Amino acid sequence: MTDQAPAPIVTLTEAKKHFGPVRALDGVTLAIEPGDCIGLVGHNGAGKSTLVNLINGGISPSAGSIKFDQGDDALSAGVRSVFQELSLCPNLTVAENLRISHHELKGFGWRRPARAEIRASLDEIFPDHGIDADTEVDTLSIAERQMVEIAIAFAPRGTEARLVILDEPTSALDAGIAGQLIAHVKRFCADGGAVIFISHMLGEVFDVASRITVLKDGKIVAESLAEDFTREALVDAMGHVAAQEAETSGALQSFGPEVVRTPQGLAAREGEIVGLSGLAGHGQAAALAQLFLSRSSAWRSSKSPDVVFVAGDRQRDGVLPLWSILKNISISILKQGSRFGLVDTNVEANAASDWKARIGIRTEDTNNPVLSLSGGNQQKVLFARALASTAPIVVMDDPMRGVDIGTKQDAYSMLRSEAARGRTFLWYSTETEEACQCDRVFVFRNGVISAELTGADITEEKILEASFEMQQAS
Amino acid sequence: MNTLSRYRIILPVVSLVVLLAATFWMQPRAMSYFGLNLLFNLAVPIALATMAQMMIIMVNDIDLSLGAFVSLVACITATYLLDTPVLGLAMLVALILAYAAMGAMIHALELPAIVVTLGMSFVWGGFALFILPSPGGASPDWLRALMTVKPPFAPMAVVASILIAVVTHLLIIRSALGTVLRGVGGNTRSVARAGWSVLKLKACAYGLAGFFGVLAGMALVGLTTSADANIALRYTLLSIAGVILGGGEFVGGKVSPVGAVIGALTLTLAASFLSFLRLSPDWQIGAQGAILILVLTARLIFSRKGAET
Repeated sequence: MTDQAPAPIVTLTEAKKHFGPVRALDGVTLAIEPGDCIGLVGHNGAGKSTLVNLINGGISPSAGSIKFDQGDDALSAGVRSVFQELSLCPNLTVAENLRISHHELKGFGWRRPARAEIRASLDEIFPDHGIDADTEVDTLSIAERQMVEIAIAFAPRGTEARLVILDEPTSALDAGIAGQLIAHVKRFCADGGAVIFISHMLGEVFDVASRITVLKDGKIVAESLAEDFTREALVDAMGHVAAQEAETSGALQSFGPEVVRTPQGLAAREGEIVGLSGLAGHGQAAALAQLFLSRSSAWRSSKSPDVVFVAGDRQRDGVLPLWSILKNISISILKQGSRFGLVDTNVEANAASDWKARIGIRTEDTNNPVLSLSGGNQQKVLFARALASTAPIVVMDDPMRGVDIGTKQDAYSMLRSEAARGRTFLWYSTETEEACQCDRVFVFRNGVISAELTGADITEEKILEASFEMQQAS
Repeated sequence: MNTLSRYRIILPVVSLVVLLAATFWMQPRAMSYFGLNLLFNLAVPIALATMAQMMIIMVNDIDLSLGAFVSLVACITATYLLDTPVLGLAMLVALILAYAAMGAMIHALELPAIVVTLGMSFVWGGFALFILPSPGGASPDWLRALMTVKPPFAPMAVVASILIAVVTHLLIIRSALGTVLRGVGGNTRSVARAGWSVLKLKACAYGLAGFFGVLAGMALVGLTTSADANIALRYTLLSIAGVILGGGEFVGGKVSPVGAVIGALTLTLAASFLSFLRLSPDWQIGAQGAILILVLTARLIFSRKGAET
């Protein structure tokens, strides 16, 4: 940040983005100049993805402004993105995928320049990549796809890449390839390009970034030259200061026998609330799904299931949108209350009104459609559905997503009381505060458990430490 | 090219060759210029309808109105195009535009294509009945001449099939536009992120489908010399089967125009083969289904093996 700096490629001024009541981004001011390599770090839900989407034009800000030095939109300003989830067309070849984002390639014989361009880009970034420009993307490995996507982002494509946003670009790459990428990013920035580099591997961030920006709760909480940060300072800046959480799980309860033990190392005892934590998408949901599927049959449903599932993605695998609240609750207990295969509507209605009172679902009538409820209350319905069954183990896949604070408090106390009655909870949460409510926490990184924390060890700091790879990237 | 993508075209070819060999073995006289033309005559409109269906499947939708649409085109061809060519042509162009508009609407309003096209099938059917309440009409002479032309070396049906395959291969697999259209099927979001208007692309895919649907209806009238409002209702399912048989997938933008033409030929041949077996027509639909299941099973096994290696 020198005074004689050239005009920034992109300037954000007090940019805000709200999704309903959720403030994903709460006033960010940021200027990215040619030659900058910004390491962007922050915990889940800090607003990293929202910020990236604002810059690349995927969404527009609720308030504030975004200005580019060339043209009006991100594309004409030369802003390119490599997304965390792969975004190639799997049915097309490598060269054809370049065509999708290269509007100048037209007419007869467009394939030859397309092949040449992607090959040149791959050769430059990843020497000895061994990827043929004519292979279909779905026959490539995940790492190769990621390499292709990065190569497309850096390819000239008729204009030139001026700002490349890399969102966890190395998560699928091995150390050698990641090293090649980092070397290329350095070269690119030295030649006047700019990069936003998002990674959970702090070693890499320190290695590559000239500036580090820390996001927390939609705000930039720290921003400085990379050499001014230490790892500890970075972790501190990312975390909340939540010292008063100590009262939870202080007294060591006595738990029953172990009821869950997976090959991965995930374990839970009767009456225990086990948290799964770490950065989003590092294998927690998969671990829970695996556990649930291994404990339930795909063919028969049982009157007394072993495991029940509380979905976090309500639209996708939670509510039955056309049904009433009552039906949404009772679906898990239909078998228990049925006689001769017919549903006993009295049992159904009693269960629904019972749970409505116990969880506090805010509705006059459980016959109202479930979509008449707010998101938080819909989630309560899903809790009720799971808890109404007799299953001793409850698996929860980030159930508090988009739920207001009042509902959360209700849910926490309900979990506590249910656990005291001997139920076991496995709870994946993207919020570290929630992990701190648990009796035991497993932190996931890259699909494996990187730490098991119990009792007083469950602190935000320790969880963050285990979520981010601290060692130097080779 | 790895083995998996090569299997995609090998399997339809193998199924056609096997079926053709079985047919020739049962009925050696079919192995002639005239015999081949007779066997594959009706494959031309089916191949064109399959191309139309492929355009829709390519962008992850499905068209249940195609049979009714082809019937409507046939009715217009046998009446208006014959009597008042300019008006007839204008109507056919309007139908193509209507198809493009349908595609745009499906995308813009996020409607399920399966429902919209099912609804539209009744609209097309209604128009067809309105135009031609009872079977009749006649084929324009030039169309009749075109469909009964006798090229040297190979019969019309074979030449036409090859022509359709080559043109659509160039259009869908080789051209830049076709690549982007397949990209819509593969990953709509990444195409949109690259700055394309998915609305226009979908309209384009549906417009192409309408165009090939119109060609199918005209080719059909050229062969049958008259039309009827229900003449092509089976084409809906035949075209879907043809696309899948030819190595296409329902989702993911994986289509093969050459394979789809071969799939259409295979389906037509299957019908003839079953009559050579003296199978009652009542059983033919079921037997065609059995052939379809057989080929799809083979494909599944191949692709599983491909995934293992």
